[in-house]
Amino acid sequence: MSTNYKGVDYFNIDALLSEEERMIRDTTRDFVTNEVIPVIEKHNQAMTFPRDLIPKMAELGFFGPTLPAEYGGMEVNNVAYGLMMTELERGDSGLRSFASVQSGLVMYPIYAYGSEEQKKKWLPSLAKAEKIGCFGLTEPDFGSNPGGMITNAKKVDGGYILNGAKMWITNSPIADIAVVWAKLDGVVHGFLVERGFKGFETPQTHGKLSLRASITGEITLQDVFVPDANLLPGVKGLKGPLGCLNQARYGIAWGVLGSAMECYATALEYSLSRIQFDKPIAAYQMTQEKLVWMLNEITKGQLMVYRLGRMKDDGTIKHTHISMAKRNNCEIALTICRMAREVLGANGILDEYPVMRHANNLESVKTYEGTHEMHTLIIGEDITGIPSFRVDYKD
Amino acid sequence: MKIAVCVSQVPDTTTKVKIGPDGKTIDPAGVTYIINPYDEFAVEAALQLKEKNGGETVVISVGKESNKEAIKKAYAMGIEKGILVKTDAEMDSYTVARNLADVLKEMNADVVLFGKQSIDYDDMQVGNITAEMLGIPSISVVVSLSIEGNKVTCEREIEGGKEIVEATLPVALSAQRGLNNPRYPNLKGIMAAKSRAIEERQPTYTENKTEITGMKMPKSKPKGKIVGTDVSAVPELVKLLREEAKVI
Repeated sequence: MSTNYKGVDYFNIDALLSEEERMIRDTTRDFVTNEVIPVIEKHNQAMTFPRDLIPKMAELGFFGPTLPAEYGGMEVNNVAYGLMMTELERGDSGLRSFASVQSGLVMYPIYAYGSEEQKKKWLPSLAKAEKIGCFGLTEPDFGSNPGGMITNAKKVDGGYILNGAKMWITNSPIADIAVVWAKLDGVVHGFLVERGFKGFETPQTHGKLSLRASITGEITLQDVFVPDANLLPGVKGLKGPLGCLNQARYGIAWGVLGSAMECYATALEYSLSRIQFDKPIAAYQMTQEKLVWMLNEITKGQLMVYRLGRMKDDGTIKHTHISMAKRNNCEIALTICRMAREVLGANGILDEYPVMRHANNLESVKTYEGTHEMHTLIIGEDITGIPSFRVDYKD
Repeated sequence: MKIAVCVSQVPDTTTKVKIGPDGKTIDPAGVTYIINPYDEFAVEAALQLKEKNGGETVVISVGKESNKEAIKKAYAMGIEKGILVKTDAEMDSYTVARNLADVLKEMNADVVLFGKQSIDYDDMQVGNITAEMLGIPSISVVVSLSIEGNKVTCEREIEGGKEIVEATLPVALSAQRGLNNPRYPNLKGIMAAKSRAIEERQPTYTENKTEITGMKMPKSKPKGKIVGTDVSAVPELVKLLREEAKVI
């Protein structure tokens, strides 16, 4: 359905982009149109990730592209990175998730908190996707409240012993390395847990009705010995994992617009060709209202992330800005996908069209990397000064 | 091996083109431009020749400032050097070819690559005229290419089949779809292209040999007809296909 897809750009935001930003967007768009869209529904149904695309994505430079060249990065700016995420998610949220995790949740913490040896050892091979990473923060009983985590580390001679369990971990079953967050003497630390460490297991999560073209699993740690050299030395406390989440949430705020654009473009095309009562359904006011609402919200979302990206590049961004963009864009993207399904009528439920897949995916995306509700409360705290989600809060 | 590839910038295939108020040029408002799709096969062929034989690659374009985008795309794919013969004038095939030939004469390229045609004016002439001006053989509509030493062997598309053509270097070739799969510019290439300069030159010749006196839009397609929705409509459908559409 995506032949001749030229993006959605009602406000000519293209004019605000540099030549290389547009080229990076276009190269990602062509890759997704030619390599992802023809195969993704099959993977979605089979619950498989298109692993053969990983080397191609690495060759194009999609992993850790904002990092310095000496670590295998491409030194692209955050707007270009965001545009890339939009295009990848137009293909599928699972594909964007893969790139988000590898770049924002694995390469970023190693780059930001790792030792020079850790950076040299891991970043170039992660950029080439010779190694695949995952990020272990969420636990069965600690989702929005990661500070309560049970996973812990004990210092022993030459390293640490880790125990605990992590859940909802994108890529864990196929990962060569996991960035695991665990409490050491009550303080959160990051550890690089490698495939093959005794007691480290990553069972796959089955039965997902969302993000089916993405591999999700658990991490279980039973007396896993992690050598001293694998502790991330540069950060202590929750700000470590939260710093990573900011990277990933930033990518999501851009990414979900891709799902929204694909569904809007599908709905527009369909409404112009579907005839009822002798005229295309696009001729009816109720359809037009839907299409206009979709386009209007996409445009607002684009302007928001464009500004967000420029602030990330000039260093004036705050985590609350990212929360607002993630919160808003996930919400509107999900509504747009559902609305597109309505425009397509019964056809909307078919796998011939991408709308149900996107809508189902976004149910996850709205919840992961900070739920819609948590982002509301983060912004609420920012503007009132009152943290509503802290149990120890007393006036 | 010295490899030159000539590219042009054309309206995006999805753009709805309108004729301007003068009745003989395209209204540029709202038109987005892309590198001519056939030229991408030529760029890819140039890169593959370089990867196999070593040497240097140069991209040349004749046209407006905006043609730099096509050159930048070629840079991002891996071409090393670019020349824009800059002009705002509308040039016909002869004049474009003459300007290309003037750049190419001093270059002594072993292989000069073109797309088989630009998808805007569809003249299919620039490659052949340029080759003639350079005094080198020209092979058009090439779908496969091999160069061993001095010997060039191409397969080219002909009506209902293929023919195999040989020549010796230097040679001009025009690329047809199927010659290769143009690579996506990767992020590394795009970032490297940013700092690579484009040499600008003045046109050496501006007199057109032909003049466009008018443009017309094609007639809009007649509306489709629904003969019926079940098997009872088949005889009528067959009749119409035979008598009206004359396709069976």
